[in-house]
This record gives sequence, C-alpha cells and structure tokens, in this order.
Amino acid sequence: MAVLELTNISKHFGAIQAVNDVSLSIEPGQVVGLMGDNGAGKSTLVKMIAGNFRPSHGVMRMDDRELILHKPAEARQHGIEIVHQDLALCNNLTAAANVYLGRELRRGVGPFRILDYAAMYKRAGQLFAELKSETRPRDLVKQMSGGQRQAVAIARTMLSQARIVLMDEPTAAISVRQVAEVLNLIRHLRDQGIAVVLISHRMPDVFDVADRVIVMRRGRKVADKTIASSSPEEVTGLITGAIEQVA
Amino acid sequence: MAVTLDQTIAQKQHTFLSRLFSSQTFWVVIAVILACVFLSFATDAFATSKNLYNITRNITFVAIVALGMTFVIITGGIDLSVGSVLCLCSMVLAVTMHAGYSIEVGILASIATALAIGAFNGVLIAYLGFPPFVVTLGMLSIARSLAMVASNNTVVFQFGPDHNKLLALGGGAWLFGIANPVLYMILLALITGFILRWTKFGRHIFAIGGNEHAATLTGVPVKRITVAVYMISALSAGVAGIIQTGWLGAVTTNLGTGMELQVIAATVIGGANLAGGVGTAFGAIVGAALIEVIRNSLGLLGINAFWQGTFIGGAILLAVLFDRIRNFRRSD
Repeated sequence: MAVLELTNISKHFGAIQAVNDVSLSIEPGQVVGLMGDNGAGKSTLVKMIAGNFRPSHGVMRMDDRELILHKPAEARQHGIEIVHQDLALCNNLTAAANVYLGRELRRGVGPFRILDYAAMYKRAGQLFAELKSETRPRDLVKQMSGGQRQAVAIARTMLSQARIVLMDEPTAAISVRQVAEVLNLIRHLRDQGIAVVLISHRMPDVFDVADRVIVMRRGRKVADKTIASSSPEEVTGLITGAIEQVA
Repeated sequence: MAVTLDQTIAQKQHTFLSRLFSSQTFWVVIAVILACVFLSFATDAFATSKNLYNITRNITFVAIVALGMTFVIITGGIDLSVGSVLCLCSMVLAVTMHAGYSIEVGILASIATALAIGAFNGVLIAYLGFPPFVVTLGMLSIARSLAMVASNNTVVFQFGPDHNKLLALGGGAWLFGIANPVLYMILLALITGFILRWTKFGRHIFAIGGNEHAATLTGVPVKRITVAVYMISALSAGVAGIIQTGWLGAVTTNLGTGMELQVIAATVIGGANLAGGVGTAFGAIVGAALIEVIRNSLGLLGINAFWQGTFIGGAILLAVLFDRIRNFRRSD
C-alpha cells in the first residue's frame, strides 16, 4: 500500500503554474529520484508534501486518509521529515544538540526540568551507529566533514517514527567519497522501511540508489518509471525536452 | 579492524584539560591571577582587605549587566542601551521612593520599566526586523532623555521613608563581610550559567546565534526567544541600577554613561563572540574582573589615568587575538 499518494495536484502562484496536474504514489522502503531542470516544479512539489505550501488543486493521501497540511510542524507529526539543502545545522553546537534541536530531551519535574545530556548523547550515538556513520555525538558540527554533517541532518529525521524523508540535493556540494557515504545513509533509511524522495541534479546518484525515477518538466510529470527500465540518456532527454513524455 | 564503529562513536575527542587550555576564558583567568600576584608584590596597597573589597564591588555593576548582555551577544545581537536603561531604572526607583512610596513599590516600578524597554527593543528587532544596533542605539538616547524628564535633570539623594533600607540593600555587607553587590553578582552569575547550560531556552539561544535559519526550520521559537533575550538584558541593567542606587546613595542623570562599551568589552574579553553562538556567564564575570584589575592597578602603580583606555583596549585586542590564533591553526 502506498504511504503517500498524490492525485491531480496543481499549484499556481498568481498566473504562474508551478505544478500542473501531478499524480504519483510512493511505497514504503522505496527510494524515488525526483529529477528535473531548475524551475521544473520539483521544489514546489516537495514543499507541498512538507507542508510549506498548500496545493491549489488535488488531493494528498496518506494511508488512504486525506492529508491536509497547514504548516511544516503538521507534516512532521505525520512522519514526513525533510533534510534541507543547507542541512539546517548549527555549527557551534554538538552533533547530538543538532539532532535534538527543537525537540530536546529533558528530565525533572514541572518547571524544574533540565536538559538530559546523557540520554541525548546516547540516543544520537545509536542513530549514528544505525547509519554506520563515524560521527561522534559530542563533536561540534563545525569540525565535521560533509558526510558527517549529512549524517547529523538525517539522524534528526530518525528521532521520531519517520515514514517519508524528503532530501533536497543532499549530494550537491560534497566530495566524491562523501557522496558515497550519503548514498549509504539513504540505503540505511530505505532498509528500515522509510520512503525516501531524493531530489537531485546528479544522474549517477539517482541511478545508483533510487528504485524509481520521476522526471518533471515545466510543472508536469513527464516520466515515472523504474530505474531498471530507464537509462541516463532517456532521463536527460526527458529533462531537456528532447523526449516529450514516456508512459 | 582494531577499532569498531561503536568505539569510534563513543570516543571523546576532547579531554577536560584540552578543552580548558583551548578556552579564551581560561587564559583571561590566568591573566587576572598573574596581575593580582604581581600587584600584591609590587604595591603595598593592592592586597589590603579594603582595596579587595573595593575591587570586588566595582566589578559587580559592569559584571551584572554583562551577564544580561551575554544572552544578547550569544544570539548574535547587541544591546547598546544598557547604560541608559540602568540610569532610567535608577531614576525611576529614586523618584518613586522620593515621592514617599515604599522600597518594594520603587523596585517593582524600576523592574517593570526595564522589562517594558526590553520588550520594546525585542519586538522591534524580532518581529519588525530592525537591526539590533539601530534599535538599541535609539533606546540609548531615549532612555537617558526619559531619565532626565523623570527627575527634571536633578540629583536625587533622598529616598523617602525607606531611605535606609535602600542604602543597606546596596551598601551593606550581610554575609562574611562581602559587599552585598558581590553577593548579588554571584547569585545572578550562577542563575545565568544554569540557564545557558541546562535549559532548553539556553540551548535555543545558542542555536539562534549559530544559525538562525536552521533554528527556525527546526521549530525553535526564534522570535519569542529574541524578545526574551532583550528583556533579560534590560532587566540586568535595571537590577544593576537598583543596586548601584543603594550603594551610591544618590542618582544623577549621567549614571552609566558609556557603560555599554565597558559591558561589551567585558563579555568579549571573557570569550563571547560578537558574531554569535559563543559565550559564558563565567566569561562575563572574568572579563569585568580583568577590566577592573587593570583600572585599579594603574592607579596603584601611579600611572597616569589617561592611559586606562589604552590598556583596556589592548586587553580587548589581546583576548580576541588568542581566539584568532586558535582559528588560524584550525583552518590550516
């Protein structure tokens, strides 16, 4: 059963049609590559799923129930987590502090509650171990490599029972070795039954890790196929418009 | 395969000592201690109980305001209005008590004034997007002018029926002969340190200073916290004003003039970073202490007082130099 289903979703800003009549469904434990040129509507689509925008038309469903999101916090409550392109990390804080930012654990009673450092270090350490990332919870994010920073941002999505993780260009500005690290992180999420939507410009990454690829052009979905049945050449053609549309 | 992943994750990269030696605050403490040792041998007057009593008490007013300023600076803001707010709060206390009200009413009025000013600054900065520098620069001018209006620019030195209570509050020494202001400072420093290290509020303040955008995205109530931070800063100025009024026994409208620069200097010397994200309560106190020891020692060593600014300015640059050297090493 699909964890998330979009039916005839459109979004326009005034006269600009950013997303036009897009339908898609995402299965648990599936990695979906979302590709398209700048301005193709990828970000707008993802922002609707993340609760930043409300669709102008169409219906979103989660577990066959209609999903109406007014703000990002509500998306989070439904298990929709987003890893922002800039990762939204505070360099001056430790890895554990970043993982728990905005959801700090505390102990004590009533107004006399203090931060539970031990519990946060412990749980953050477990998350990094699950992600097979050599990231120490007590280290400052400032001193970390790009791959470790990704691990911190991804561990954040695993705190609650995430069902869908939206990743915005996670491999855009990091070294080749770190890209491999990030793709591994994505596989670990998938293995836990989490659906991952990977927004990316990088063809090799999508073909390496994704199960399916969705291509957008000028607000429309022009392809939605399994990776096995497609090829980088075909996807390039779809992105640029050399190939109009495939079933 | 000597080291497993779990061991790597559990490893602490920094020991207590390595953290200590890499902290600017630690080296400023060393500087203060060395200066005190040197002065004890170089002059007869330094290590006397009377001089130490004076030094510790003189530290307090700058230090208390610096504690509040630390919150603001950690968020990456600045509060230039503290000197004027201190004056206005002192004046509100003085005028209220002079008019015959009790000390409780006077203190309440003074605290309410501070909180109102802090809230005004904070709302303009957080909700209307004014730059902190501009808002608090405006308030620097407004608050002092209001102090003049409240007192008609006179000196107030009679505080009504509770006159003696107020003087005891600021001028007494209730515990082991330690000046009362010093006791207040220690108490407030402990509270500040606790808030910064152990509360969610404190954690969020550091997050805002580190990356305000990230804090917003992760659901930290950035705007509300920003307002609270400027209220704390104004409150600390108000509290320092109340204590200082009790100690001086008189309020003039030039009280706290130029104090904002000393306060900011104290926090920066103590290790706070004006770019935001870094700062401690202990650092604020140590910074204030170093400034006062420099001031005091120049007098005792018979050096012309005009040199004071040069030495304090030098201390600021030196303290930050340590930080720069550390950063250069790291970026290599």
